[in-house]
Amino acid sequence: MSHIEHPFRVIVSKEIADHIRNWRFIILVTILALTCMGSLYTALTSMSSAVKPGNANDTFVFLKLFTASDGTLPSFMVFIGFLGPLLGIGLGFDAINSEQNKGTLSRVLSQPIYRDYLINAKFVAALVVISTLLCMLGLLVMACGLIAIGIPPTLDEFLRMLAFIVVSIFYVAFWLNLSIFFSIRFRQAATSALAGIAVWLFFSVFYTLILNLVAKAISPGAMASMSQQFNYQKLMFNLMCFSPNELFNQATTTLLMPTVRSLGPLTMQQMQGALPSTLSLGQSLLVVWPQLTGLIAVTLVCFGLSYVTFMRREVRAR
Amino acid sequence: MGEPVIVLSGLTKQYGTFTAVNNLTLTIRKGEIFGLLGPNGAGKSTTILMMLGLTDPTAGSVTVCGIDATRSPIKVKKKVGYLPEDVGFYDDLTGLENLVYTGRLNGLSRDEARRKALSLIERVGLAGHENKKAGKYSRGMRQRLGLADVLIKAPEVIILDEPTSGIDPAGVRGFIDLIRTLSREEGLTVLFSSHHLSQVQQVCDRIALFSAGTLLADLELATLVAEGKQLEDIYNYYFEGRTAQ
Repeated sequence: MSHIEHPFRVIVSKEIADHIRNWRFIILVTILALTCMGSLYTALTSMSSAVKPGNANDTFVFLKLFTASDGTLPSFMVFIGFLGPLLGIGLGFDAINSEQNKGTLSRVLSQPIYRDYLINAKFVAALVVISTLLCMLGLLVMACGLIAIGIPPTLDEFLRMLAFIVVSIFYVAFWLNLSIFFSIRFRQAATSALAGIAVWLFFSVFYTLILNLVAKAISPGAMASMSQQFNYQKLMFNLMCFSPNELFNQATTTLLMPTVRSLGPLTMQQMQGALPSTLSLGQSLLVVWPQLTGLIAVTLVCFGLSYVTFMRREVRAR
Repeated sequence: MGEPVIVLSGLTKQYGTFTAVNNLTLTIRKGEIFGLLGPNGAGKSTTILMMLGLTDPTAGSVTVCGIDATRSPIKVKKKVGYLPEDVGFYDDLTGLENLVYTGRLNGLSRDEARRKALSLIERVGLAGHENKKAGKYSRGMRQRLGLADVLIKAPEVIILDEPTSGIDPAGVRGFIDLIRTLSREEGLTVLFSSHHLSQVQQVCDRIALFSAGTLLADLELATLVAEGKQLEDIYNYYFEGRTAQ
């Protein structure tokens, strides 16, 4: 180990080591692992009722591991959608402000490194940790499921599973970037953690509530014309899409349930002549492409915001 | 004395309408121990931040070792070691690991950084504490570790911002002796910022008196002593006299 490493790699490896040694990370992993086991259990117990003979879905038995639930515990897919943000916020909320408060920020930045190395390395390190963790959990669920049900996944199912993990990584990356932004914006780690959790709660609880209120207010009524009804549905659908949680849910539902053919409202004309079959992976991806680009875009916006704020910040000791 | 190492010309920094540093022109030569002296809020730290390119000047320029600090801060940071006031370390890493990390950020290999770090830890008098978590270090030990941290990149210039605050008197003496020896032995240029008159007098060759961002005086301590004056008299002349007027 006598070779000289690039400073960026040095920072990334130090940050990864920090994450892994941290108690916070161990707690988050434990929560995630427990939910994985729980959701796997419910999926397995509800498997017999979920798979009906003579149905077109039969070919996708394996994906039921991620989506099936007997109602006692949510499925794996729903759990990741719910706990993923917590993971992202947990790994990012004190990225910059803790360095500032410990007085290490000015010391590190007075070394011959570009300032953006630090923030990029923080992001990359957390992303590496998250990706490894999610891949590990996804594959573990697959492996346990394989042992339990004894039916191997088809290539299509496997690829859908991988696509689901990639989307989850982007989703968690969004929350990670948001919390890194808060960690630059707020001096106190507690404030930035709270801000992150507030946004998470807003989108997972209150946003749907508010939308329900709006829906009641602007509902055209049962007697309205078809086009009015359609436009109303479409507007509500578009409003829903402002929530990253909803984007993630739509994307993962479509990816893991090949029977989902469309996400927005459809007219009878559009449905006419459609065969009640499943979509191929390429077609499913095509359906959720707007959701995916939306997720990636908000992730990049958050990263851009943190980058600009951090580069402009004057770094003083403490 | 040798060639100029730090050249400030017309340096100005404004925060909104507040002027932290006002039209500062100063030259520090190689091998000098230079003191920046002034009360709190005089603009000492801001000047130092501009020398490192950690903040941009509103007007004027900073040249360190012939390099423009605002335009190429990376090159400057390769040559300048900076010890901030109340330096911070990663609490859950040991003192040695903290130094090795800095060394590797400066392009040393892991082995070389480790070797250098160990010898520096001994040099600053922390031998035996290298495997202790930095979070367990006392304030004085942290400051010493900070000096080792500054030296690991083999700098040409070291900038110490209030390095002795929070250290007990005996520790301060040791610290100051260490700085003097280092400067003499390795030909380091040292910029020492402080508001302690006696410490500045003990360690510095030349001082600049600062108040409210303005340079009041640029004095050679040797000539001062030759004229039989004390630094305190000068300080009182500028600050107490000013309030009396």
